[in-house]
Amino acid sequence: MNDYSMLINLVYVVSATLFIFGLKLLSHPSTARKGNMLSAVAMLLAVVVTMLDHQILSFELILACLVIGSAVGVYAARKVEMTSMPELVSLFNGIGGLASLAVAYATLNGSVGLSVFVALVSFLALLIGAITFSGSVVAWAKLSERIVGRPIIFKGQVIANIVLIIGLFVCGALISLQPNDGNWHYIAIGLALVMGIMLVLPIGGADMPVVISLLNSYSGLAACAAGFALENNLLIVAGALVGASGIILTNIMCKAMNRSLINVVTSGFKPVVTSDMKIEGEIKPLTAEDAFYVLEAAQSVLVIPGYGMAVAQAQHAMKELQGLIEGNGAEVAYAIHPVAGRMPGHMNVLLAEADVSYEQLFEMDEINPRIEGFDVAIVIGANDVVNPAAREMEGSPIYGMPVINVDLAKNVFVLKRGMAAGFAGIDNPLFFKDNTRMIFGDAKETLTNLVRQFAD
Amino acid sequence: MTAIYLLFILILAIFVGFELIRKVPATLHTPLMSGANAISGITVIGALSIAGGEHDTIATWLGGIAVLLATINVVGGYLVTDRMLAMFKKR
Repeated sequence: MNDYSMLINLVYVVSATLFIFGLKLLSHPSTARKGNMLSAVAMLLAVVVTMLDHQILSFELILACLVIGSAVGVYAARKVEMTSMPELVSLFNGIGGLASLAVAYATLNGSVGLSVFVALVSFLALLIGAITFSGSVVAWAKLSERIVGRPIIFKGQVIANIVLIIGLFVCGALISLQPNDGNWHYIAIGLALVMGIMLVLPIGGADMPVVISLLNSYSGLAACAAGFALENNLLIVAGALVGASGIILTNIMCKAMNRSLINVVTSGFKPVVTSDMKIEGEIKPLTAEDAFYVLEAAQSVLVIPGYGMAVAQAQHAMKELQGLIEGNGAEVAYAIHPVAGRMPGHMNVLLAEADVSYEQLFEMDEINPRIEGFDVAIVIGANDVVNPAAREMEGSPIYGMPVINVDLAKNVFVLKRGMAAGFAGIDNPLFFKDNTRMIFGDAKETLTNLVRQFAD
Repeated sequence: MTAIYLLFILILAIFVGFELIRKVPATLHTPLMSGANAISGITVIGALSIAGGEHDTIATWLGGIAVLLATINVVGGYLVTDRMLAMFKKR
């Protein structure tokens, strides 16, 4: 007897348990690495034991694909810069979606006499897989600036979307009822691919963390739907875990912007709100030399990084400056807004790369109550997440969004290239406050300049 | 009946997922994402039986492609997550 299905399913249970434990260990930076390893072991176990499946007759193709896939994976993981993590994660989301799409299509195409249920869930896997794939590719193109990062809108987009959704519903019904009539599959795949593009095109700039989280969730849901089609428990459990993770992150990102998911997804269609509020005060530029004297006298310094820090690759220079300020007897802390950067936790990874201890990284809610105590707040390439208009200008589009209240610190240094508005295109009254000084120029150069001053 | 039984598993798994992931601190959200991404490569085990099974040529090749793609996802995802987590240090 060559039926190992009992053993296979038993190992699947072990794998599912290890996935869960792995995620549990991710609740603290000191145990997270072990958690990731456990998760990887679970995956390896699952793959190895699946090879015992009596349905698998030839191994050549499988082994070739496993080897090539591993090689590409290793290459991508080694080569990627930490600043381009959002792009890589987008690509991986897309690849996962495409894999589920292929599995779903093979299921629909390869078997005869599918039940309505299996046909329906296969269609769902096909749909979610295709949307994840094309959506992720667009997100990747936006993040890597191969296409414009701003929301892209054209005439009739809303109507086109409605037509697409109706078309997909019709395809879904036809595929479920007549699974063996193959032509509808192609139309469904085509429509779903267009749908993914249409979903991501109108979202842009500062909303990218939401898009990535959402696509992350979809890649899990696609695996989950494929699990239903193949009646595979482990696929369902693992897919659901990923789906839940993506949904939670999406939710956190939306909350951090004080907006609903619907609002984020459709925001590209709304007219730009212009506020007629007058901002009082004037811009006061400061040279790095003068900034040095203030920093030298400071007892506590707070650093607020934003996407601009990633663009300027300024994290290493900042770490160097941190060492010198600390050597001078002052305290340095970092405040990180949930939507700083282009994906959740992006800033934390960049600072970790520069060797900043995770114990010096604080969340917005931890730092805001004690922000008055800081002598200097240095804003590096962040704009909307420190905009006091969110607190004090009722007409502002970001009014109500939780922000890091840097304007309450004794001195604020804003490192900025020029006076362009942030991604949201909103004026920032912070730049005009009495206690704010603007240090114009490339963030990395400015920081290196400050480091030099300290060294002299 | 199978459908109901599978739904049961789905619902329970979603609740476990919510409880676990809520406890992940913001500082680890990027590794969480890339790690979750690697987990979503679990599609590979579904793809294996399609690629190695007695199906027609199209299904076999589709299965092969799915194995290839999911493996990129799994291997790349876990490695890059490990690379990131190794950088998170206490002083």
